[in-house]
This record gives sequence, C-alpha cells and structure tokens, in this order.
Amino acid sequence: MKKGKNIRVLIAKPGLDGHDRGAKVLARACRDAGMEVIYTGIRQSPEQIVETALQEDVDVIGLSILSGAHMSIIPRILELLNESGIGDIPVIVGGIIPPDDVEELKRRGVKAIFGPGSSVNEIVEFIKSIT
Amino acid sequence: MFIEKDLKEIESRKKEWESKVTSLIEKYPERKDRFETTSGIEIKRIYTPIDIQNMSYLQDLGFPGEFPFTRGVQPTMYRGRLWTMRQYSGFGTAEETNKRYRYLLEQGQTGLSIAFDLPTQMGYDSDHSMSLGEVGRVGVAIDSLRDMEILFDQIPLDKVSTSMTINATASILLSMYIVLGEKQGVKKEQLSGTIQNDILKEYVARGTYIFPLKPSMRLVVDAIEYCSHHLPRWNSISISGYHMREAGCNAIQEVAFTLANGIAYVEACLERGMDVDAFARRLSFFFACHNDFFEEIAKFRAARRLWARIMKERFDAKRPESMRLRFHTQTAGSTLTAQQPENNIVRVTLQALAAVLGGTQSLHTNSMDEALALPSEKAVRVALRTQQILAYESNVGETIDPLAGSYYVENLTSKIEEEALKYIEKIDKMGGMMKAIEKGYVQQEIADAAYRYQMEIEEQKRIIVGVNRFKVEEPVEVEILKVDPEIEKKQIERLNEIRSRRDAGKVKDALERLKDAAGSEENLIPYLIEAVREYATIGEICDVLRDVFGEYRELTVV
Repeated sequence: MKKGKNIRVLIAKPGLDGHDRGAKVLARACRDAGMEVIYTGIRQSPEQIVETALQEDVDVIGLSILSGAHMSIIPRILELLNESGIGDIPVIVGGIIPPDDVEELKRRGVKAIFGPGSSVNEIVEFIKSIT
Repeated sequence: MFIEKDLKEIESRKKEWESKVTSLIEKYPERKDRFETTSGIEIKRIYTPIDIQNMSYLQDLGFPGEFPFTRGVQPTMYRGRLWTMRQYSGFGTAEETNKRYRYLLEQGQTGLSIAFDLPTQMGYDSDHSMSLGEVGRVGVAIDSLRDMEILFDQIPLDKVSTSMTINATASILLSMYIVLGEKQGVKKEQLSGTIQNDILKEYVARGTYIFPLKPSMRLVVDAIEYCSHHLPRWNSISISGYHMREAGCNAIQEVAFTLANGIAYVEACLERGMDVDAFARRLSFFFACHNDFFEEIAKFRAARRLWARIMKERFDAKRPESMRLRFHTQTAGSTLTAQQPENNIVRVTLQALAAVLGGTQSLHTNSMDEALALPSEKAVRVALRTQQILAYESNVGETIDPLAGSYYVENLTSKIEEEALKYIEKIDKMGGMMKAIEKGYVQQEIADAAYRYQMEIEEQKRIIVGVNRFKVEEPVEVEILKVDPEIEKKQIERLNEIRSRRDAGKVKDALERLKDAAGSEENLIPYLIEAVREYATIGEICDVLRDVFGEYRELTVV
C-alpha cells in the first residue's frame, strides 16, 4: 500500500456509452476515501484516456463501460498503455461484462472486473490493496 | 370529503389508539425508527380520512378523461382498450432486428419500439473511429435509408405504431420514416408512432447529445412543428423521466425534472409562434417504474394532475387534450440484479402492476437477464407474458384507477405533487431548465441522489435481495445473447455499397441546401427529408450540422 502520497485514481468512460451512474458513484466514493480522483466524463477515446493517465501520473485506472463494446475498446487501451511505457498501471473495469469476456480481459492484463451489484466499498478497498 | 363531526371523532379515536400503540412499541419496537418512501417521504403507521381532509374530490380527482386527469386520461381506460405492450428491442443489423420484430408481432405484441446503436444516436457512421466496437451493440445500426428499408421489410407502416428511442438525431430518423412510408405507399397522415426527441435529459443523463443546447432545441421544435402540420397521429416528443431515474434521481425528482423539461419545450414552441393547442396534444411522456409500489402509483397520478394544471393555468391551454399527460412506462432496469436473475421476474411483475395501477398507456417489461447482457429471446417472451398475465388473468384493469380514495395513495399523490412543484419553482427561479442544466444543478441533484442510494445499500439500510442479503454462491445459468462480432464489418460493407451506388451529385446538392437552411431560421425537416431520400448518411448529415452548430462539451459533475 502506498504511503506518503495520496492514491491518484483515473476514472474514465470509454466509447459512446453514456451510463455514468456507476462511474460517478465510484469517483465520489474514492474521493471520500481520501483518494485524488480524476474523472474524465463520457465519450473518451482510448487515446484520450491514455493521454490523461500519462499527464496526471495516476496510480490506477478504472474503466466503466456498459454498452458491450468492451472487447474492442479495452484491449486497445491496454495496448496503448504498453506503447506509452505505462503498462504497469493497474487497470480495473466496471460494467456489464459476460463471463467469457471477463476471463479474456483478465488474461490480457485487466486486474479486476466488477459487475452489477458490486459493493463500492469493496472496490475502494481493492484499489487500496493494489496501489 | 368528510363530514366535520366524523373527522373530529376519528381524530380523537386515533389519538386513543396511538397512545395504546406507543406503550406497545416500548415493549416490542417496530422494525425501524422512521419508515420512508424511496424519495424520503415519511410513511405513517396508518392513514385515515384526516390525511386527505383537504382534498376535494371534484377539483383534485375528478373523472377519468376529464381535468385534472388524476384518475386517467381516457374515459374508459383499460375497459376500452388495454395498454399497448411495447417491448423495446433492436440489435445487430437491420436484417436480424427485422426478424425479431416479426417474431414479436406474431407473439401478440401490439407496437414496435426501436433501440438504435450508439453511433446512430450520436450521428456517427459505422466506419467512424468513435464507432469502434459500438456498431449494432445496444441497438440496430442505421447509417442510411437503406437500413430502414431492410428493418421494416414486410412490416406495413400503416398497420403498426413505431416508437423510436432517438434524440439528437431524431429529426433525421423521422425523415427516414416518412420517406419509407412514401415508398410503401403510406401517407404521412397515416403514420403513427413516437420519436423520443427529448434532448434536454440527454445533457443530465444518458448522454447522447451532439450539439449545444440552443441548436438542439431548435431541432426539437422543428420536428414538433413539422408533425403538428403533417403527421397528426405522430407523437413528436416523448418527454422522459426514465433515464434521469435510472441515473439515480428519486420519484419526486423524476416528476419535477421531467415536467420542467416539458415546460421548456412548451416555451420553446410558443416562442416559435405556435399555438399551444396546436401541438400540446401530441406531447407524450415516458417514466420509469421502480420498486416502491405505492409511491410509484402515486407518482403517475401526481404527474398527470400537475401537468394538467401547468398546461391550463400556466400556458392557458383551452383544449382538454392539451392537458392530458399520456405516458409510456418501462420497468426500472437499474433494479435488476445480476445475482439470482430469476428474481427479476418478480421485481418486473410488481413494477408492471404499479404502472398499470398508475394508468400507463403503454408498457415495456424488462427481461430477467438484462443485468447480464442483451436479453435472450426466451427472457423477452417471459417479460411479455408478464404483461399478458396482468392484462388477461389478474382482472386489475377492469375498473378505472382502483386505488383512488386510498388514504395513503391519495396523501402520497398530493405530497409528490407538492414536492415536485417546489423543484419546478426553484428551476423557474434559475431561469428555466436550460439554465439549470448549464449550471450543472440537475446533474448535481441526480449524482447526489445516486450516491445516497448506493450508500444505503452499502450500509444495509436498503436491502436488495440476493445482492446484500439472501446471497448464494452459485454460477449464474442463463442463456446469454451474443451479438455477432462480424456485424461491424457487414454494416461497413453495406455502408460502402450504398455510398458507391447512390447519385453523389444529388447527395452533395441536398447536403449543401441543408447547410444553408441550418444557417437560416427555416424548419430543417423538409431539407432532411430530401437528404435522406438521396441516401445521405446520418454521419454526413450530422457533420454538416456540426459545422454550423458546433458540438456540446460535457460539464462533468461528480
């Protein structure tokens, strides 16, 4: 666990999906837990998200996506993170992700996936445990 | 409504009863210190005539089909005709969705409701970089009129009513539907259906805006104005509380923000110089139905009464049809759980029952698997059967507004109306809904309510069966519908084919004329009709409008 400096979390909404309730609730819960939160807002391209992660020097990236486009968008973000030399920043995902895709995304390097009904307190604790 | 002598007697007897109960509670405490609705209205132990003593039957309830429409918008309600069973669907390509529609019509569904994919909703063609992974995902992909022709193959437009969940690009899809009608030999006057066309709520929930607020409002009014002249059976807007509710606001806020948006649209139409009675009867509404059974029923009744009063008193409408709040309901998707998904059938049943008792005109019942993926055919059928059981077996539709006169429901109805009106007054003071959105006020209210709701779940103050209590560890076994990953490729192929086959010169001319008109104050619908007729794509049309109008940048409120 990180000491001395606050955990910096990037919460991003990739793609065209506008369902931002979960992202906003988590952003606020992280903030209330003392983290510094950068929330991108909706409709972010993979390039924009990676650029923000670089500029803001974040410790963890949370991606929220409910449109079903995760298998196209998330691998692209992971690829860009690697290319930018920040592939070691842990990525977590929230949204509606079918079980087969969960396995595949984890195989590609996503640290954890939180589906509907997840407790935000558990997510906050998880973020603390990996940073 | 009651004789004064009786009320006094009831009051004194109630006091005696309360004192007995108080001593009982000291020994056996109630489950909670305070009982409340989802919106935070305190729920009393019992309700009596005292709680509705200020209510006037004729002024506050009246009769079905008459002002203030609390008891329903039609004189015979479900005795005359059952509500329209309208399941929202659409995925993948136009061919596949066409098959699903024909299946639903065969199964007894009485209206179509189209879900569009996100690129279609946001004005991107399927080959745009922002469309990556989104083509055909949450709805059907439409790039040009060609896709609409396939989508409605063998579905006669004069025989179905079609609801389109489309906002920023609503005027374009409406134009396509009109041209499609022409091609089938169906006149504009015969077309029946709805476009959502409610852009204001997109800025505070859901997020499918394209342009800044002002030009967006102009497009909305263009469609309302055009329909008021040419499509008498078309609902030119469906003012929607559903998405704000799903984003986290409560029942009171849902009524308040939806009607405040309605006020903004009416004002915009009046500014255009339209007569209120010329368009108001084609305004329609769309609400969610959540878990709090009685509060939801009261919500629908309160919304009807409040809207009728606003139209009559604030906007001086004369025709009763202009005061009627007709609405579609969808059961609340956010209440569905991924855990033990079969339980969702029960949630949906209760929500659907509340919607029917609240007097809805049409209903979508969610499928049990929607917290996991797009609904499978079997899950959709169970959802539709749920409505059919309510309609044909439960007998709940045989009398009108059966909960009228319930001390609790009437008290709650008045409470919701009062509280919603306070919000509307606050928004008025800010300068109306457009200003309130620009300030981020509505966004903040919704975010606060969503956060509160989640914290209640975390703290077990709110129980979600199967999620924070009564959990089981078992793998979820439901059949999951998968969208073919090849769809994006196929759709792009068709798009390219249409681009090469159409008359490029005519497309260019139509787009030029559209651009000029966008820069003027003319109604854009006739220009859009000409553009889509030449198979101009949604992306091309929106690019022209983006050039003239600019794009909206989100105000992020956490």
